Amino acid sequence: MEHIRTTKVEQVKLLDRFSTSNKSLTGTLYLTATHLLFIDSSQRETWILHHHIAAVEKLPLTTSGCPLVIQCKNFRIVHFVVPRERDCHDIYNSLLQLSRTAKYEELYAFSYNPKQNESEQVKGWQLIDLAEEYKRMGVPNDYWQLSDANRDYKICETYPRELYVPRTASKPIIVGSSKFRSKGRFPVLSYYHKNKEAAICRCSQPLSGFSARCLEDEHMLQAISKANPSNRYMYVMDTRPKLNAMANRAAGKGYENEDNYSNIRFQFVGIENIHVMRSSLQKLLEVSGTRGLSVNDFLSGLENSGWLRHIKAVLDAAVFLAKAIAVESASVLVHCSDGWDRTSQVCSLGALLLDSYYRTIKGFMVLIEKDWISFGHKFSDRCCQLDGDPKEISPVFTQFLESVWNLTEQFPQAFEYNEAFLLQIHEHVHSCQFGNFLGNCQKEREELKLKEKTYSLWPFLLSEQKKYQNPLYNPDFSPELTLLEPNTVSFNFKFWRNMYHQFDRSMHPRQSVFNLIMNTSEQNKQLEEDIKELEAKIKQRNGRSDVVLVKEQEQTAHPAPVALKSPPCFQKEQPPLPVNDAVRTIEGSNTADNRYSELVSEFSKAEPAVVSLEYGVARMTC
Amino acid sequence: MEFSELIKTATVEDVLLSRQGLPDVRGTLCITSHHLLLSSRPRGDLELWLLIRNVDAVEKRVCGSSGSITLRCKDLKVLQLEIPGTEECLNVASSIEALSSVDSVMMLYPFFHRPPSLRLRQGWHPCAPERLFQQLAAQTSRWRLSAVNRDFSACPSYPPAVIVPAAVADDTVAKAARFRQGGRFPVLSYFHAKNGTALLRSSQPLPGPKRRRCLEDEQLLGTVVAEGEDNATTPLSPCRGRPLQESFARLVEACGEPAPSVERWLGRLDSSRWLGHVKAALSTACLAAQCLDREGCSVLVHGAEGTDTTLLVTALAQLILQPACRTLEGFQALLEREWIQVRVVFVMWRRVRVPAHLGALTQPPHGQAGHPFQLRCARSAASPARGKREAPVFLLFLDCVWQLSRQFPFSLEFGEQLLLTLFDNAYASAYGTFLCNSEKERRLCRLRERTPSLWARLEQPEEKHKYLNPLYSHNPLPLWPCGQPQGIQLWHAIPVPERRAQLRPAPSLAGFFLRWIRPCRHLDEAWEEMRRLVQGDKSSLEEGEGKGRAGPSPRLGHGTHAETGTGQGPGVGLG
Repeated sequence: MEHIRTTKVEQVKLLDRFSTSNKSLTGTLYLTATHLLFIDSSQRETWILHHHIAAVEKLPLTTSGCPLVIQCKNFRIVHFVVPRERDCHDIYNSLLQLSRTAKYEELYAFSYNPKQNESEQVKGWQLIDLAEEYKRMGVPNDYWQLSDANRDYKICETYPRELYVPRTASKPIIVGSSKFRSKGRFPVLSYYHKNKEAAICRCSQPLSGFSARCLEDEHMLQAISKANPSNRYMYVMDTRPKLNAMANRAAGKGYENEDNYSNIRFQFVGIENIHVMRSSLQKLLEVSGTRGLSVNDFLSGLENSGWLRHIKAVLDAAVFLAKAIAVESASVLVHCSDGWDRTSQVCSLGALLLDSYYRTIKGFMVLIEKDWISFGHKFSDRCCQLDGDPKEISPVFTQFLESVWNLTEQFPQAFEYNEAFLLQIHEHVHSCQFGNFLGNCQKEREELKLKEKTYSLWPFLLSEQKKYQNPLYNPDFSPELTLLEPNTVSFNFKFWRNMYHQFDRSMHPRQSVFNLIMNTSEQNKQLEEDIKELEAKIKQRNGRSDVVLVKEQEQTAHPAPVALKSPPCFQKEQPPLPVNDAVRTIEGSNTADNRYSELVSEFSKAEPAVVSLEYGVARMTC
Repeated sequence: MEFSELIKTATVEDVLLSRQGLPDVRGTLCITSHHLLLSSRPRGDLELWLLIRNVDAVEKRVCGSSGSITLRCKDLKVLQLEIPGTEECLNVASSIEALSSVDSVMMLYPFFHRPPSLRLRQGWHPCAPERLFQQLAAQTSRWRLSAVNRDFSACPSYPPAVIVPAAVADDTVAKAARFRQGGRFPVLSYFHAKNGTALLRSSQPLPGPKRRRCLEDEQLLGTVVAEGEDNATTPLSPCRGRPLQESFARLVEACGEPAPSVERWLGRLDSSRWLGHVKAALSTACLAAQCLDREGCSVLVHGAEGTDTTLLVTALAQLILQPACRTLEGFQALLEREWIQVRVVFVMWRRVRVPAHLGALTQPPHGQAGHPFQLRCARSAASPARGKREAPVFLLFLDCVWQLSRQFPFSLEFGEQLLLTLFDNAYASAYGTFLCNSEKERRLCRLRERTPSLWARLEQPEEKHKYLNPLYSHNPLPLWPCGQPQGIQLWHAIPVPERRAQLRPAPSLAGFFLRWIRPCRHLDEAWEEMRRLVQGDKSSLEEGEGKGRAGPSPRLGHGTHAETGTGQGPGVGLG
C-alpha cells in the first residue's frame, strides 16, 4: 500500500472524550490496508474501518504528544495522542488518503472475503427477491402488471428494470409521463395494500414550470386512480415545503396543478431538503460532542439543530400516507424533487406502518432493498462512499432508521428486530464492506458486477439474527395489514443516545434490561429443550410404560419453574419413575432396590442436556 | 368547624366529567367532607372518587345556564366538570375550594380514614437512638452516647440522647451548638463503614457580619485533624426553593400544551430548567459520595436550615453508596430517617464546608431536622397562589431516584410505581405518614395513634408486589450515575404497570410529568410481557405447584441477574 508509511506506533494514548478525569488508555496503534487498529495495554481492541472515517484532524502539539482526532460516519469520535509528531503526521496523511477512495473497485467490499464459496455467494444475493415480494403484496393482479418498459434502463436509468404499473397505462403513456418527470422517474408502484386495494406510488416532480401540461402524465395519474376500485380520488403528496416546490417552478419543474388532473387531492408535507438535513445533523453533533455540557445548553442546542423537528416531519408524512390508505382506501402518489430521498423515507415508513411484514427482520431487509436500494436512493453520494461532492452528503437514511427507532420505542412489542439491528445496518451502509449499498442505482451496481465481486449483507445479518431479535416481540401484536398508529406529539421524540453516543460507554445505562431479558428468554428456550430431551430419554429407556410418561409430559408443559434449578432438581423432583411391579420410590428411601438409582447416576453423569445447561449459564456470564 | 358548613351543595345530578385521554362520564356528583364522588348514570356501574385534598386549583367558568369547573390536581391530573345550573356550579366550586384548603391538620382525611385491613399504630417505626448506636459501636469506637441535650438546652429540635465523638466533652458540644442556626449542630447522616468516613449535615453557621469565630469549633477541628483525616470541600449548586417551585410549574405547564412543535416543546423544557436541577442534585450527591468512598474524606452538607436540599443530597448519597438503602424496606427506612423523622443524632465535628446556598425559604415553625412536608407540599404546580413556602424538593429527590433506576435498572428493589405513590401521598394522602412539619407537631397530633401509616399499607402483600421491580438483584457496588445531559431524561414514558389504586379515576400512565396526558397502552403491555418473561408465567407456576412440584419455585432469571448485571463491563458503577 503506497499510502502507508508507518504501520505501527507504540505508546499512543486514547482519550475518553467525555471523561472528566482525563483518563486515558495507552497502547499500540496499527495501520493496515483496511483498518486502523488500537490495542490497549489490557489487550482490548478498537477497530476503525478506513471507510468509516469522515474527518481526520491534527491538533497543535502538546507536551504529551501530538493529538489526532478522528471522526467517523458511525458517530464514533476517537482522540489519540501520538508521542512523536512525525508518526502522527505520517498516520494523518495515510488516513487522509485511505479514507478517500476514488474508485468503487478500491472499496473494502471488493477485497472483503468472508470465506464463502461461490454458490453461497450467489445464494446470499438471492436471499431477497423483490419479484417474490410484489407477489406477496398481491401484484400482478387485475389492475396492476409488470412493465418491461425499463428493461434496458432506457426510460429511467435510476429505476430498477422491473416496474409495476397500472394495466391501463400503455407504453406510450409511460414514455410520455417519464419525459414530463424529473430524471425520467415516472409514477410506479411502491406498495400495494391488498385489503384496501390501494397503492403507494412514487415518482419525481413534474416538469410543469408555470403552465406546462402533459396529457400522458395526466393519463398516468388517472390510471393509478382507476386501478383502485374502492376510491375514486387519489392523493398526490409533495413531501417538500410549499415554498421550495414553488421555487422549482422557475426552473421549469414544480408540482401538479390540481386543475389539470382529475380527482387528485394535492398535499404538501414540508420535509426539508438534503442540505438542511446535513447542516441540522452537523449542529446536533456539535452539541452532543461538547464536553461538560449543561442541561440547558444541551436542550437549546437540540432545539436549535432542528433535528427532532425533521424526524417528526418525516414520521408525520408517513402517518398521513398510511392513514390515507388504511382509513380512506385512497391510493397515494408520493414525490419530492427527484424522488429518491424524501420519497424513499415516506414510502418505506408508510409501508412499515401499514404492513407488519416489514416489522420482521426479513421484511425490513426487503423494505430497504425495495424502497431504498432498487429505487435508486443515492447511497454512494449520500454516504460519501467515494471522494466526491460534499454537498451531496446527507443523513437521509439515518433519519429513516431514527424514525423506525422512534416507532420501536412507542411499540415495544410490534417489531421483531431491536435497536442493535438498526445500528448494525447503519454501520454497514457506511462501511462499504458488503455490496448492497454500493453505488447510486441498480444500473450502476450491475455495471460494477457487485453480485460476483462482493457479498451481500443480508445473509450475514440473518446468520447472527439472535443478536437482533427483540425479546418482547409479539407476532400477534398487530395482525397483518392493521395500521400502526404512532402518536407524533413532540414529547415522543427523544435524542437517540445509542446512535449518536454508541461508542461513548460512559453515557449509557450501566445495566441493560434488554440484555437481561434476551438472556432470560434464551435460557428459557434452552431449558425447555433440555426438558424435552430428557423426556425423550426417559421415554426411550422405559418404552414399556407410556401411560405414565404421557402424564409426565402434561406436567412439564410449563417448564418455567423447573427451569431454574440446577441439575439436582431433576433428581429430586423426578416423579415416580415407572416400574413394572408398581413399586414406588419415595424420596429418601433406599433407591438401590429399583432402577431409579441407575437413572440418578445417569443424570449426574456427563449428561449432554445438563452440560448444555451449564453452557447456557456460562455463556451468560461472559 | 363542621364540614357541613363548607359544603354548600352536596349532590348535583347530570354532571359530565371529562378527562384527558379517557372517555367522558355522566352521572351524579356528590361532595362529602373529604371526597368528590361521581357515580355514573344510568347504570351506576362506575364510581369515581377523588380526595378533595388532591385538588390544587379550581377554575370555574359560567356560560348561560350551566357552568364548568376545571380541577387541577396536585398529582397533575386535570378534571373538567360540566354542571347544569350556574348556582350549583358556583356552590360546588366554592365547596371544593374550602374543603381543599382546610388548615387544621386534625381535620384531614387520615384522621378519619380507617382502612379495614390495617390497624392503627401498625407501620410506625420510631427510631431508637440506643439501638442505632449499638450498630455504630460495632463498626467503630470513635463515638459515645452523650446526655448533653437531656433538657433540650443544646438544641431544642434534637432528641435527648445524642452520640458525640468520644474525644469531645459535653460542654464543648453545648457551646459549639450556639454557633449554628437553630442549634442544629452537625449530625451524622451516614457512616461509610468501608473506610470510616462520615456524611454529616447541619444548619448554616452563624458567623454574623463581624465574621465571628467559634473557638470550640476550631478547637474540635484540631482534634479531627489530629486524627489524620482529610476533609472534603463540597461546593453545592444552588437549588433554591422558590425557583424550584417555579421551574416545576413551568414544566407542568409545558407538558399541558396540547400539540406544541418540537422546537416549542424543547424550548419550554429548556426554559423550565427542571432537568438542570435534576442534574445539579445528582452531581452534588455524586460528589459527596465520591469524597466519602473514593477519597476517604468526611463530608458536611448544609443549607440554610438543613431541611431541604441538604436532605436531598444526603439521602441520594446514601442511595448511591449503600446497597441496603436500595431495597423496598431500606428505602422506607431512608425516607423515615432522612426526610420524615428527626434522626437519631450523632454529634461530631468536622471542618465546616462550603454551604448549599439555599434560597429564602421561610423557616418552619418548629424547625426540626425533618423535611417540612406540610409546608413544602401544600400546593403543587397549578396553584394560583404560589406561596413562598412551597418547594418540590421531595419531587426532585424522587426524580433523581428515578434517574438512578433508569441507569441501573436492576439495582433498586422498588419500581417507578413506588416513587409515584410517594409523591401522591406527600401531596394528598389518606395516610398520616407525610403529615405535619416536624416531630413535635406529629406528637401533638398523635399521628401514630390516630392515623393509618402508608408504610403499613405498602407492606400488605396484595399492594407490595405493585411496587417491586421484577428485575432487581442485589448489587453490592456504588451506583455512579451518568452526569451528562444526554444521560438525564424527563421523567416520562417508561412502561409502568397499570395503576388500580383505590379511590381514583383510572389514569393513563406515562412516567410522572405526562402521566395523565399521554396514554401509553403499548408500553404497559410491553411491561407486562417483560414481567412475564423475567418472572415466568405466574399461572403456570401455580399450576405446576398444584400438581405437586416440591418447594417454592424461584423466579426465573433471578439467579442470573448478578452475572449479567456485572457482566456489563467497565461502567463506573460496576467496574
